[in-house]
Amino acid sequence: MSNIITSKDLCLWYGDNQALKNITVDIPEKSITALIGPSGCGKSTFLKTLNRMNDLIPIVRIEGEVCYENKNIYDKDIDINELRREVGMVFQKPNPFPMSIYDNVAYGPRTHGITNKAKLDEIVEKALRDAAIWDEVKDRLRKSALGLSGGQQQRLCIARALAVEPKVVLMDEPTSALDPISTSRIEDLIMQLKEKYTIIIVTHNMQQAVRISDYTAFFLLGDLIEFGETDKMFSNPKDKRTEDYITGRFG
Amino acid sequence: MKKNKIFEDIVHGIFLILGLITVGCVVLITIYLIISGLPAIKEIGLINFLFGKQWASTAAEPKFGILPFILTSIYGTSGAIVIGVPIGFFTAVYLSKVANKKVRNIMETSVNLLAGIPSVVYGLVGMLILVPAIRKIFKVPDGASLLAAIIVLAIMILPNIIKVSITSLDAVPKEYEDASYALGASSTETFFRVSVPAAKSGIAAAVVLGVGRAIGEAMAVMMVAGNVANMPSLFQSVRFLTTAVSSEMAYSSPGSLQRNALFSIALVLYIFIMLINATLNFFLKRDKEK
Repeated sequence: MSNIITSKDLCLWYGDNQALKNITVDIPEKSITALIGPSGCGKSTFLKTLNRMNDLIPIVRIEGEVCYENKNIYDKDIDINELRREVGMVFQKPNPFPMSIYDNVAYGPRTHGITNKAKLDEIVEKALRDAAIWDEVKDRLRKSALGLSGGQQQRLCIARALAVEPKVVLMDEPTSALDPISTSRIEDLIMQLKEKYTIIIVTHNMQQAVRISDYTAFFLLGDLIEFGETDKMFSNPKDKRTEDYITGRFG
Repeated sequence: MKKNKIFEDIVHGIFLILGLITVGCVVLITIYLIISGLPAIKEIGLINFLFGKQWASTAAEPKFGILPFILTSIYGTSGAIVIGVPIGFFTAVYLSKVANKKVRNIMETSVNLLAGIPSVVYGLVGMLILVPAIRKIFKVPDGASLLAAIIVLAIMILPNIIKVSITSLDAVPKEYEDASYALGASSTETFFRVSVPAAKSGIAAAVVLGVGRAIGEAMAVMMVAGNVANMPSLFQSVRFLTTAVSSEMAYSSPGSLQRNALFSIALVLYIFIMLINATLNFFLKRDKEK
């Protein structure tokens, strides 16, 4: 399997505070990679470097490189909007726009220039089906997205991310604000999605990492301590600190 | 314990009285305006009064038609809105979403200063600069005109529009904007397709507030509009509802039909303002329910 995202000696500072230290990792395509670690370890920060969402924070400084399909995304000639179309993102708190369900999903395609009604209909339906929410919303596409439950809103946000046909979907603790039933539906969904997409998911929940991910990266205080196949890491961690964390000795 | 309770009751009572003073003023003004505004309308006839095209209160055969004032107020306010809202709105978007902290601080301070300038100063500057400028640029005999009033009003309503719009744009959750960026939208697309629609009731409230300020303004427009009871036309001297009352009040004799008609004009203006306030409340309430 080839690697779709590779980072090399990636360092990131918030002002004077170094949040990522020389992160070097290769993420295989069409797989699920979980980023785990205690709060403040840099896992969310690392996730956001992959679609340059950290650019929106003025005090952030980045060194090193992140390659997406063998192209450094921190090069000057990179089109950030195009990058974000290919590397989509789902946030911790469900954040549908205050518009109709249809308009939420159609927002991305419209942004990228698709205006044909039939084409949009098709994209919206496909995205909602891929996000396993079509049957629940097909009769209320014109209703406000804010009327959906939290779990439905999060699946809608996944559909919205899928509608621009990304290759990678970044997920920042997508189930942390949801109840167990919604969480399990989203986990099922994520596992289906890896057939077509590369998923990188930040999670606080180690059981979740074990249940759904193929690879796991363990972060601690801005360092990447260990990266490897999830089964191996959880059954036989190489680093003492990883072992301490996954056995619940700290964190 | 008991003593405490009495003290609390007294404080409550004082607050209640203070609150009632405000309410009382509104009620008294309303009743007073209705009582003193109705007789002239009755005498002149509602249709003649509202739709009469001529106002000649001191002529041998007096005419009391206030259509020129009503239309002038409506045109003047609409003109101010047409010019002021786009400027104010884009300024608000810029300050809330694009400008860096330093620029925003400086510009917000000047907006606040603009809000604090007394209207007589607006009038004065308009009279000395704007009126002659209009006379020269458009080669009209007199620059004191509806156009001058529109421009002055447009500037006067800017602070209201900018401040209220900024507040509602600032309140748009960052999550909405992040989601838009993460889908590959540019900042301009994000501002106009996500932030502005999310803030639309607040922005609508800003516009209504601007309308209220413009339609109620008397001093500045009196100084730049020429104050002649013509039917409104861009380059003619005109008289607004507000200035119609203030300019004749001083020399109308108490109890005369002229003075009563002035009260009726005030009543019409009052009804306009009430309608605007009701609209404003509608938008604010809708904002809150969200």
